[in-house]
Amino acid sequence: MREVVPESIARLPWKLYGLLTSIALFGATVLYSAAGGHLMPWAGMQLARFCVFMVMVEIISRLPLKLIRDFTFPVYGALLLALILVELIGAVAGGSQRWINLGFMQFQPSELMKVAIVLTVARFYSLLPIGQIRTVNAIWPALGLIGLPAALVLLQPDLGTAMMIAAGGVVVMFLAGLPLRLFIGTAAAGAALVPIAFSFLHDYQKNRILIFLDPESDPLGTGYHISQSKIAIGSGGTMGKGFLMGTQSHLDYLPEGHTDFVFATMAEEWGMLGGVGIICAMFLLIRWGMRVAQRTEDRYARLVAAGLAATIFFYVAINLMMVMGLAPVVGIPLPFMSYGGSSMLTVMLCVGIIRNIDRNRDKLGGRWG
Amino acid sequence: MKILNKRPRGPKKLVTEASQTFAFSRRAFFLGSAQLGVGGLLIARMGWIAIAENEKYRLLSESNRVNLTIIPPRRGWLIDRGGKPLASNRTDFRVDIIPDRLQDRERVMAELTSLLQLDANVVERINEDLEKAAGFQPVQVADDLSYEQFAAVSIRLADLPGVAPAQGYSRFYPAGPSVGHLIGYVGVASAEEYQKSKDPLLITPGYKTGKDGLEKSLDKQLTGKPGARRAEVTAHGRIVRDLETRPDVPGNPVRLTIDAGLQEYAGRRLGTQSGSVVVIDCRSGDVLASASMPSFDPNSFSDGISHLEYEMLSQDEHLPLRNKTLQGLYPPGSTVKPMVGLALLGQGIDPEQTVGCSGSIRVGNAIFHCWKRGGHGGVNLHRAIEQSCDVYFYVMAQRIGMDPIAATARKLGMGERFALPFPSQSYGTVPDTAWKLRKYGKKWESYDTVNATIGQGYMLVNPTQLAVMASRIASGRRLVPHYLAGRGHGGEPLDIAPEHLALVHDAMRDVVNGNGTGRAARINVPDILVAGKTGTAQVRRITMAERAGGVRGNASLPFKLRDHALFQGFVPHDNPRYAISVVLEHGGHVSYVQDSPMIAGDCLTYLYDPAKALEKLDGIEKEWGGTPQERLERQLNEYRIAKGLAPVSDESNAANAAGGNVAAPPPPAEVEQPGGEPEAAPEPPTAAPPAAPAPVTVPEAPR
Repeated sequence: MREVVPESIARLPWKLYGLLTSIALFGATVLYSAAGGHLMPWAGMQLARFCVFMVMVEIISRLPLKLIRDFTFPVYGALLLALILVELIGAVAGGSQRWINLGFMQFQPSELMKVAIVLTVARFYSLLPIGQIRTVNAIWPALGLIGLPAALVLLQPDLGTAMMIAAGGVVVMFLAGLPLRLFIGTAAAGAALVPIAFSFLHDYQKNRILIFLDPESDPLGTGYHISQSKIAIGSGGTMGKGFLMGTQSHLDYLPEGHTDFVFATMAEEWGMLGGVGIICAMFLLIRWGMRVAQRTEDRYARLVAAGLAATIFFYVAINLMMVMGLAPVVGIPLPFMSYGGSSMLTVMLCVGIIRNIDRNRDKLGGRWG
Repeated sequence: MKILNKRPRGPKKLVTEASQTFAFSRRAFFLGSAQLGVGGLLIARMGWIAIAENEKYRLLSESNRVNLTIIPPRRGWLIDRGGKPLASNRTDFRVDIIPDRLQDRERVMAELTSLLQLDANVVERINEDLEKAAGFQPVQVADDLSYEQFAAVSIRLADLPGVAPAQGYSRFYPAGPSVGHLIGYVGVASAEEYQKSKDPLLITPGYKTGKDGLEKSLDKQLTGKPGARRAEVTAHGRIVRDLETRPDVPGNPVRLTIDAGLQEYAGRRLGTQSGSVVVIDCRSGDVLASASMPSFDPNSFSDGISHLEYEMLSQDEHLPLRNKTLQGLYPPGSTVKPMVGLALLGQGIDPEQTVGCSGSIRVGNAIFHCWKRGGHGGVNLHRAIEQSCDVYFYVMAQRIGMDPIAATARKLGMGERFALPFPSQSYGTVPDTAWKLRKYGKKWESYDTVNATIGQGYMLVNPTQLAVMASRIASGRRLVPHYLAGRGHGGEPLDIAPEHLALVHDAMRDVVNGNGTGRAARINVPDILVAGKTGTAQVRRITMAERAGGVRGNASLPFKLRDHALFQGFVPHDNPRYAISVVLEHGGHVSYVQDSPMIAGDCLTYLYDPAKALEKLDGIEKEWGGTPQERLERQLNEYRIAKGLAPVSDESNAANAAGGNVAAPPPPAEVEQPGGEPEAAPEPPTAAPPAAPAPVTVPEAPR
């Protein structure tokens, strides 16, 4: 067995790293075009960040998993405090705020919470005696752990991130083996509660949802984003308009063409071909995460791996549904492609931790079946 | 099972652990499948947008990228029968604002106001337009700018985001007021027109539609095809580069039957009178001139007339806003006598039979007077027309009755509706027994006949019909008036015996050249004699008391109570070529020079010897205070002063003139003085009989 391990290490990461680098390079290419054919201000910076985060991934993968496991609750607690702090600062300053200014960078606790929630719920279930998995004890603490940060983020207000935190936590609950009827019942109840929940949303959030349902009703307002994004994707056709030839992005019709709507920028120039390429590449990355989870014996580790893979999936799925007009505009970036440090940091953390689990799998326990 | 071997636990717990692992595996697989499903959904969705609906989105992307600016088409010219422009286009410098690109409206408007000297009304209008303007649709700031103003804005463009100077075309009418009613004018399309057609061309600055006269009725032919300026623009409206531009296709020129020189001459020759001149070609029915004065300046109407100028025109009792040639209805007075003469001949009345005129005649209970108090003595048809003896016609008309007279009147075009390219015309009335019964339910009486034979009572014509009557009497053919060149035809012969026509022609010749009432219409052209007939139409009743004490002279009456003065005739008398009608509303025969016969004579002189006619006009026009254009401007200034406003200063006039001169024909004032010989002394009219006391030679229709 010992002879097999180094071999698999030598084999796996190069495939993975190759995949990550391809996605990041393609993302940089799109950003290069979005900047009108310049490396600055986006493409170069994005690549530099990617290199830094790749080093971070490698470092995280070499940490003992025990360290991550033991620090799960403290980190969760600290992030929760930070979220409360953000609320307080916002209340004092008289406006909503999502970050704490640390001087050298702007720290956005809700972003890290997307990772922390998966670790925390997984940690909770790994501590829960297995016999209690079908009891009430398995439900309410997890709901509390998820609900608290989700509520705080919703207050910011950041509907998209709150949804991702809740979804990440619930996926771990689902994988932990809670009775299926709970999820089916909640989904049914949730559907019934949609109108009530809707009434608690901010006006601008309600508007986004209403306009998502009918983007043409507000061609100059919020619906403008979705309409222009669909025009960009639709006009790209099968092969796209060609590198640097996109008009929607270069003439500024597409808003946020280098961040949330970077997929539309890409699709306009690379067409269906580029779109399917990105979706497949993202799917390969997520499938790698899910496979790592399936191969892992340790309860905590496999819940974490699957949960983090699901988090990456949520990023991709919500973003793509948003740019294609299947979901409201909620401000979720596309990993590796959208310009910005926070989202890349989050996703690379996910990758690093899954990679860590993959490396340490045998120390945690043998393969099952 | 490896787990069993590695970590020995209680059997119950073992089963749970294993089932948990199974559950995880199953659920992870389910999750993975769900993810795969979502991935498939996303690819399907993308395929739908990018492939199935590609066409739609490609168009939308293209319409985002390309901004289309409509270039208003240049309007077709209106030219006269000789190709001289009656309405042309001149280069016009204008400044618009594109609302979408406007930033800091306050500052930009303040700067434009000072650069272009916009007055408060204009600024208010622009602000209003900007409020309701939609996006790319430009809002006009000012047009008809001088090159200096245009340049002043153009060089500051960098500081004036949203301001768009443009070079366009504006309509130009070289003859000014003289063609006002004939040609009409153009103007910005009304909101209703836009609501109806939704054509964006209608709200493009610089685009004008015909609003009146021929400009309106020929609008379709004159309007060309708009061009389009295409440019690649960013979402913020910045133009990245210009794409190919489709030039406009100018409208087709339309050639009229009008003789520009004659039209302008007639307009000027009407002087200070409120009247009209219509000249028709006796071989084709071509309308050579159709002047209605006073008039408005179509140039200022087309630029958007000021409220003040409009107010002044609409209050003027000379009715400068009415096209009198078609909309004015007048009792024709004695001008119908040649027509009645033809009716008498047609009914077998012997032209040599005489009637003794004693100055009045009793019809029923009433006394009907001849215009000549002492009477004419014995008169035959020739003398009756020449002297305009009323009593002859009173007597003779009663013999044949009204209906043959009415039939002849209609045959000669009275009351006839002609298909003319004008928005509105009045048709008048030819009364007969059936008409009166229908209209008033009363029997036709002999005094009605008596009234009608001298063109009074119910009978009404417009000046164009009067000219048609003259042309039909002259030619004996059914001429139809028209304004568009190339449609003329001689018309079929009327069933009037040529010898009857000859008799009437001779009598009409003697009205002017013999001892008749129209001697002022004589022209000084060798071998050419005018034939015609004068007429006076009363607009008030003369009481027995007044008649006993002496009928008041027209000069002492207020304008509105004065008689209409009419003339119809043709030239030359023996081979008719041109027919004319002159109608002076409330002319009252007050001034000999400005009476209908002499105006007719001078207009006909112009057709044979323009230089002579113009020389005479230049002289007498000075007494009236200059050309119609000059008088209109002076009138406006006086009106402004009366309203307590500053007169239009000479400086701004000069500036306007300078603006108009850039790449454009000279302004109307200069056009109207060809040759420009200011020292040419105004000669007294030699063609007119010397010093004949004006009112005496003119008939006065009694009642």
